[in-house]
Amino acid sequence: MHYGYSDGSGEYYITIDSDKCSGCGKCIKNCPESALQLETVFIDIEDKTVASVTEEHRKKIKYTCASCKPETNRAPCVLSCEAKAINCTWKEQ
Amino acid sequence: MNEPNIVKDDIEFWRWKEYQRIMPGIKWTNKDIITAGVDVGSVGSKAAIMVNGQAYSWGITRTGSNSPESATKALDWALQDTGLKASDIKYIVGTGYGRVNVPMANKAITEIACHAKGANYIWGPSVRTVLDVGGQDIKAIRTDETGRVVSFLMNDKCAAGTGRGMEVFADLLKIPIEKIGEMSLEIDEEPPPVSCTCVAFAKTEAIGLLRKGWSKEKVLAAYTRAMAVRMANLINRVGLEKELVITGGQSKNIGIVSRIEVVLGAKCLPMPNWRENGLDPMVAGALGAALFGKALYEKAQKT
Repeated sequence: MHYGYSDGSGEYYITIDSDKCSGCGKCIKNCPESALQLETVFIDIEDKTVASVTEEHRKKIKYTCASCKPETNRAPCVLSCEAKAINCTWKEQ
Repeated sequence: MNEPNIVKDDIEFWRWKEYQRIMPGIKWTNKDIITAGVDVGSVGSKAAIMVNGQAYSWGITRTGSNSPESATKALDWALQDTGLKASDIKYIVGTGYGRVNVPMANKAITEIACHAKGANYIWGPSVRTVLDVGGQDIKAIRTDETGRVVSFLMNDKCAAGTGRGMEVFADLLKIPIEKIGEMSLEIDEEPPPVSCTCVAFAKTEAIGLLRKGWSKEKVLAAYTRAMAVRMANLINRVGLEKELVITGGQSKNIGIVSRIEVVLGAKCLPMPNWRENGLDPMVAGALGAALFGKALYEKAQKT
C-alpha cells in the first residue's frame, strides 16, 4: 500500500508491504508523530491486521514525516520494522 | 409588484442514465450459491447478483444523501424481475465509499480489492493494472493473474479528474454527460491542458476560456486532457504493466480513455459491449464483491 501524494513540490510516499507486515505494531510505538495505526485489511479472503498511515496524516505526509528525514530511508518506522515492510519515497524537486 | 422573471433550467445535463440488466440464459435454483455485491460510491450505487460466481443481474442508480437507502435501492433494482428475493441471497458484501453503511451486508470489503477482482472477472487473467475512476477519487491498482491486489495508490487531495468533476463540466457547458467524451474529441488540434487541478478553479478557468472565444469542444478537450495527465501520472507511479483496463463510470468516457492511451503510449483492453449484454466496467466493484461473497460463503460452509 502506498500512502502519500505527489504535488508540484515533489513526491512523498510511505509504502507498507502488507504481505511482509506482521502487525506487531513496533513502528507505531516508534513514530514520533503518531501517524501510524493498525488497520484490518482483506487479503486472500482473510482479514489481516497490518500497519497503515492514519487517514488524517495521508494528506499532509510531506510535513508530518519531514522531521524524520525519510529521504535517507532511516526513519524510526523503517528502522524498527523487523520484517522490512516499510519504505519511504521522498523526492523534492 | 413585479416578480423577477427567473428562467428555470429544467434539463440537468449531468444526470447520467440509471439502468438495470439481467443476463440472458442463466437459470437459478435454490441449490445455487447466490451472492450479491453492493458498491455504494460517492456518485453511483451499484449492486450485482451472481449465480455460482457468474454475473446474473445488476442495477446502477445514483447515490442519494442517504447511503443505506441508496444501497437498498440498488439491490432492489438488481433483483427486479429476476424472481429472486433478498432472502434468497446467501451472502452480501458491501463495498465502496459508503461500504460501512450497507445495512444488509454480511461483510464490508475495500473497493480496491473488489475492483481488482471484478476487473479480473470482466477481462480475464491478463489484467495487471486497473485504473478505477470513480465519482470522487481515482485509484491505480496493480494486480496479479488471480485478481489479487499487489500494489495500490489513490489520488491525493481532490475531486478534479473524477466523475463528479465531469458532471460539473457537463452542467457548465450544457452538454449531456454521455456526449462529453465524443465532443471533447471534435477538435482540430489538442489544446494545452487546463492548469488547475481543483474542480472549482478549473471551472473558473474554463469560464475564462469560453469568454476568450474558445469553443465548448476545445474547453472540454483542455479539461479532459488535464484529467488524463493526472490519471496517467498515478498509473506511472504504481508502475504500468500490461494489460491495462479502466473501471468505474469514466471508463465510458472515450475522451478520457483515448487521451490516457496517448499520454501513456499504451493501449487499454477494449471495453465489453455493455449496451448489449456485455459486462459493465462500472459494476466491476460490485461484481468483485459478489465473487468475494461466494468465496466467503463457501469458506463458512466448510468450517
